[in-house]
This record gives sequence, C-alpha cells and structure tokens, in this order.
Amino acid sequence: MDKKIHIVTSPVMGIFYKASSPVEKSLVETGQKINTSDIVCMIESMKIFTELRSEKSGIVKKILVENEEPVMKNQALIEIEVN
Amino acid sequence: MFKHILIANRGEIALRIIRACKEMKINTIAVFSDADKDSLHVKLADQAVNIGPALSRKSYLNINNIIAAAKKTNAQAIHPGYGFLSENADFAKACKDNDIIFIGPCAQSIAQAGDKSSARKILIDLDIPVIPGSDDVILCPDFACDIAEKIGFPVILKAAGGGGGRGMRIADNKETLVTAFSIASAEARAAFGNPDLYLEKYIDKPRHIEIQILGDNFGNYIHLGERECSIQMRYQKLIEESPSPFVDEHLRKILGKTAIKIARSIKYKNAGTVEFLVDKNRNFYFMEVNARVQVEHPVTEFITGVDIVQEQIKIAAGEKLSIKQKDIHLNGWSMECRINATDPDDNFMPSPGEIESIIFPGGPGIRIDTHIHDKYMVTPFYDSLIGKLIVWAKDRPAAISRMSRALDEFEIKGIATTIGFYKKIFEDELFQKGDIDTHFLERYKT
Repeated sequence: MDKKIHIVTSPVMGIFYKASSPVEKSLVETGQKINTSDIVCMIESMKIFTELRSEKSGIVKKILVENEEPVMKNQALIEIEVN
Repeated sequence: MFKHILIANRGEIALRIIRACKEMKINTIAVFSDADKDSLHVKLADQAVNIGPALSRKSYLNINNIIAAAKKTNAQAIHPGYGFLSENADFAKACKDNDIIFIGPCAQSIAQAGDKSSARKILIDLDIPVIPGSDDVILCPDFACDIAEKIGFPVILKAAGGGGGRGMRIADNKETLVTAFSIASAEARAAFGNPDLYLEKYIDKPRHIEIQILGDNFGNYIHLGERECSIQMRYQKLIEESPSPFVDEHLRKILGKTAIKIARSIKYKNAGTVEFLVDKNRNFYFMEVNARVQVEHPVTEFITGVDIVQEQIKIAAGEKLSIKQKDIHLNGWSMECRINATDPDDNFMPSPGEIESIIFPGGPGIRIDTHIHDKYMVTPFYDSLIGKLIVWAKDRPAAISRMSRALDEFEIKGIATTIGFYKKIFEDELFQKGDIDTHFLERYKT
C-alpha cells in the first residue's frame, strides 16, 4: 500500500523553531508518532508566534528546515507519513 | 556634553535618536544585525558596528556584544530607544559597570517600575489609586466572591500566566462569578499551563491616558501633558493623540501631579511615561511606568515644542532641566498613526516582504518618522512597526482632516499595511466626536 505524505507548510514568512522556547526540547523529532492537531513547530513573524499543528496523524518522516532558519510563506517544513 | 553616543536600537527610533544627536553635534554609532546591514540607520550614523545575526536574541538583545561595540568605539553613552534592552535593568547595570552612561533611569528605578506587584504596594502606601483587586492569585471561587463583594461588581478574572484575553471573564454577580471562575481557570490552564487567576474591578469603557514626564539628576520634575492612547488592538496602541479630548485642565493637573509623585517615589530620572486607566466618570487608576522613550512621543513634541530625545541626552549628561512647568503650554492638536506591516484584511497578521514603492504624504503639519524606502525589505525578524505618521493642526477637527488627507496621499506598494484601515477610523463619527475607549476597535475586528 502506498503511504500518503502530509506536508506542514508555513502560513507566513518567518522564523522556524523546532521548540516552543530555546530551553525546551524539540516538539517533534524524525521517526516520532504524532496525532492530528499535535503542535509540530512554531513560526515567529514580527514577534508574533504561531503554533503549527498537524492536520493528520502519522509518523514524522523528515524535518525539512533547520531550527531558527528563516522560511518563506507556504514553504514546506515537515513531512508526515500519514497512517 | 557627550562626544560619542551609541544607539542600541534599529528602525525608526534609531533614526530619531541619530537625528537628535546630529543636531547636538554628537557623533553617532549605530549597531546592526546581519539582517539590517543595508538599513538607513547604518547609513546615517557616523560609525556602525555589526553586533550579530538577525535573531534579536543574538544581536539587539545581546548585552555583551553591545557593550563590546560601545567600548571599541569609545562611546560615552548608550541610548537604548524603546523595546529591546530599553527596560532591562541588567543592561543599565552593565553600562554602569563599564563606565558608560545609560540614557535613561538607573537600573534600580527600571527594576522598580517593572515589578508590577511591588509597584502596586508602593503606590497604595502613597495613596495613589490603583485598580482595586486581589493582591495575589485567588485559589477558590468563595474567596473570589469575598473580594468581589468588598470592591463591588462588576469584576474581571484574569489569568496570572498570560494575557491576550484567554482566561479572562467578566462577572456581574456572585452566581456568574462562581461559574466564570471554573471556565476561566480551565482556559488559563489550557493556554498558559497555569490555572491561577487574579481578580480586579472591571472598569467599564476605560480610556488609556498617559503622562509624559521628565526628571533630571537634581530632583527636578516636569510633565508634558497627556497622551490619549485608547485606540488599541490586542493591547497594542495604533493611534495616539495629544491632548486627550476627554481630559480637562483640572484632570490634567491632577494626573500630572500624580505622575510626578510616582516618579519621585522611585527616584526616577530621565524621560518616562506614567500610564493610567480613566473611567467614564474621570476616576483614574495607575497602570504602569514605562521607563523609556515611547513610540508615541512625537505627538507631545508637536504640541509642547520640547524635543524629548534631546532632553533625554541633556539629562543623562548631567544638565539641569532648563524647562520649568510654567513654560509648558499645550499648543494645538497632534495625532499619530502607527504604520504597521500587518494585514487588516487577514486579522492583522504580519505581512513582511519587499516594499516595491512608496509615496510619502507632505505639506504643512506633517511629520514622518520611518526607516523604510523603495525596495526596502521588511523582514520577519523584528516588530511590525515600519513608520509613524504624525500630524499637527490648530484643533482636533483640523488634525483629523489633516490626517485623513495625509493617509490618502500615503501609498506603500508591495506589502499590506494599516494605512487603509486608519482611513476608515478617521471617518468614524464616534472617533471624530472623541467618544473612544480601549474597546473601540473591537467593532472593527475582521
């Protein structure tokens, strides 16, 4: 059976964060199982933080950007292999 | 007077400070992050030092890098502007420890102004009205009811862990307070991971009115009248004016005296702002002290003729205040619109991006403080404020029509801004009548 891939994208130009603060551990790691609406990363734009949630449950296949890396609007951030 | 001042900031306020210094024949040293290397403040300063990567934490908030830049360039003083390190007591102390003058209050005053609960206790002792409420968090609904009965309904429950309206509930009586308590507590736990609540008297239709003060190193204080900042969205000021359409000479005198009394009680030096909430019956309550120059300082400059940034520098250099209270006369009316790179049609979401072109308004009574220009890249790294449009006219109706005309001329292409939104506000009848409060913009939310 083919595995479907769900991609989490950035809603706005901003900065990608793997954790909710510099002292916290990453919200998700590659290989981790996640459920629908789990927070997977944060985007900061102009001091406004947005939590991005997964729309699907599955396994985190790949994190496509580095922590604290600038990202464009609609840029792909995280690949999730859907259950 | 200083020969070299380092400006520990960016954007429009860095330009504002550079301009003040140039007029005083002081050499300016800009600092900049990698994202700001082509910025106007870097071009206009006499010298510029790179202080690190784009992220604020690694550059504009990096105390060590900024102090190192100041030492390398022999800066005698640092102006912190607003935001970033401007109200950071550790930064003020680091300046002092390195024999650099911090242009602002001393570390201890900053710490006192920033500690809300101890400030509250000091002010109660001074007989200055604060919003009545619980001094600490409330652990059960019964205790909430006891306090509410003491201070009188309506009351508001607020989350101790954070703001933004979550964990916030208004109650008119005991029954609704008991229900509201459990809902607010659950909301607070979900939003902030902390269910703690505190309780305050609910002020209906409050206005945000603040007093600009100046204090020198010799215990002399003056106030420069009030600013009305009730036009806010999510606790962010968008439009400010001075004077306030609601404040009469009597209230102005009382607020001014109270602000100075507060400043004196914490031995506050330099420019500062004391914020009050004022209810519809003109009762006022202390909110907080802003220990820095404010974004909206130009409206006060327009109506008093005082250059607040130059006064800050003179005070820091040890000069006595040259202006007396009797010399301060409020002349005409001034209004400011904060031009933000946010999208009013998309719930005021940030809208970074490249500016294709700009046409600035001009003509009599117009002041524009901005760092943007054609082809400027508005990055997502910093605040969304990209400029301020300030007008002066002889009275409020004339200021409103001047602002409307200036907003019509103002054109920024390439990114979404708040300009079009302000045009609607200036056409609003209630706004024109001055019938405003801090909830005014809720009607405009998309």
